[in-house]
Amino acid sequence: MPASDPPDFEALANALARALHLPVTEETLPGMAMNLALAYRLAPAFLDFPLPDTLEPAAIFNPLPPAGASS
Amino acid sequence: MTDWTRETGARIAGAVRAGDITARSVVERHLDVIEARNPALKAFTDVTAGRALANAERIDARRRRGEALPPLAGIPFAVKNLFDIAGLPTRAGSKINRDRQPSEADATAITRLEAAGAILIGGLNMGEYAYDFTGRNAHDGHSRNPHDPERMTGGSSGGSGGCVAAGMAPVALGSDTNGSIRVPSSLCGLFGLKPTYGALSRGGSFPFVTSLDHVGPLARSVEDLALVHDAMRGPDPRDPACWGGPVEPLAPQIETGIGGLRIARAGGYFTRLAAQQALDAVETVAGALEATRVVEIPEAERARAAAFVMTMTEGAALHQERLRKRVSDFDPEVRDRLLAGAMLPGAWYHRAQLFRAWYKEAVAELFRQVDVILAPATPVPAPLLDQKVFTVEGQDLPVRANLGLFTQPISFIGLPVAAVPVWPASGLPIGVQVIAAAGRDELVLRVARHLEREGICTARVAA
Repeated sequence: MPASDPPDFEALANALARALHLPVTEETLPGMAMNLALAYRLAPAFLDFPLPDTLEPAAIFNPLPPAGASS
Repeated sequence: MTDWTRETGARIAGAVRAGDITARSVVERHLDVIEARNPALKAFTDVTAGRALANAERIDARRRRGEALPPLAGIPFAVKNLFDIAGLPTRAGSKINRDRQPSEADATAITRLEAAGAILIGGLNMGEYAYDFTGRNAHDGHSRNPHDPERMTGGSSGGSGGCVAAGMAPVALGSDTNGSIRVPSSLCGLFGLKPTYGALSRGGSFPFVTSLDHVGPLARSVEDLALVHDAMRGPDPRDPACWGGPVEPLAPQIETGIGGLRIARAGGYFTRLAAQQALDAVETVAGALEATRVVEIPEAERARAAAFVMTMTEGAALHQERLRKRVSDFDPEVRDRLLAGAMLPGAWYHRAQLFRAWYKEAVAELFRQVDVILAPATPVPAPLLDQKVFTVEGQDLPVRANLGLFTQPISFIGLPVAAVPVWPASGLPIGVQVIAAAGRDELVLRVARHLEREGICTARVAA
């Protein structure tokens, strides 16, 4: 879960954008930081929720080709 | 004299089959309305008049030859511009995509509707890459609500809502990842159907969040929703998530009434941030259905948060290369959300998927006790076009992120929903979600049709 002390989201967004080769400018940084902060605020709602270890995520990879597809 | 632009698709098809009107004259009349109203409302981005008139003449020729006409014969329809239309680039509300090559083929939905006799008349405005609840578009102009052009249509299927509410077509297709059919249906006073996830093919549509993307119709009648759904259903190898929808068509079931159905209202989360108009609308519908029971959809707030993070992450993954190469060509509000989404930890996404699996089972358990649940479609009626926040319970909430507060926890697990419009004594309409268990799409339309028949929920063409 996210740290209890909220990070400096502009600094975090700036660092992550550079590490991930994403474009970051004076124009984009405030909006990126705001949206990052929003995600950090919302995420604990499901990150903190106890789930059984045996759960499978919704999508299950199917190795077979779809019916009717040519091989 | 009948104004066919105010009639339902079913009535148009009946009149075309009976020879009371030609398909060509129906199309011409709708094209006239588009020409008159679209410059102000910005619902259409492309009008396929030549194709529409040619198809209308084919329908009329078949009738003259005495051939039986298909069920949707002569019904004009339009599609959100993320559906491929042969000969046009699929812009998906973006500036970037309009540089793509024109589509070589139509989306599956268009092919199936035209095979059933419906007539495509154009592509519709939408929020950029469907990441939107407002109907605003920085490139094509904002969709405007026909019931009050100073207000939002809702989005992202904003043009779809505006088109049907303005009488430019009786039916339009939209897509719904987190609420993009239900929100404009609510704000524009229309019926909308978000079917069970995978019931209708997304083949040939531009994706947003494939784990959550649905397609479906907006219309001015429940019968039209059912007819369009039935023409679109069936498996499709172009969409790996498409399981083909219910075996039985929905249209023959909508008149079977609500006898024996256990109908409840959603409490808790679905009442906390709803404005009085939204609460009143649910009360009106619940009263008409004699639904006194209140149930709690478990952990809906967590579900909304998980849907939010999945959307950011998958959306960002889809657009990462476009963000790197053409960042200045994005709508800034969409751009910044996508860029932030590219920075979220992979473990969060995985946890959101695990939570989704848990939540699906928890809600399925609830649906063993009730058949249908009612909830607001939007927290407020249509906001003003430039409005940034709305206030509920003393809380200021950003419009863009929060119009889908009540739709996100439902589409997160792919449940079927009909949005039904409620009109207060004065003022703008607002929608109510009629929700059922996965695969029980017929229930939501049976309830919607009951409400329509009783005059509780109606859709109007704006003056």
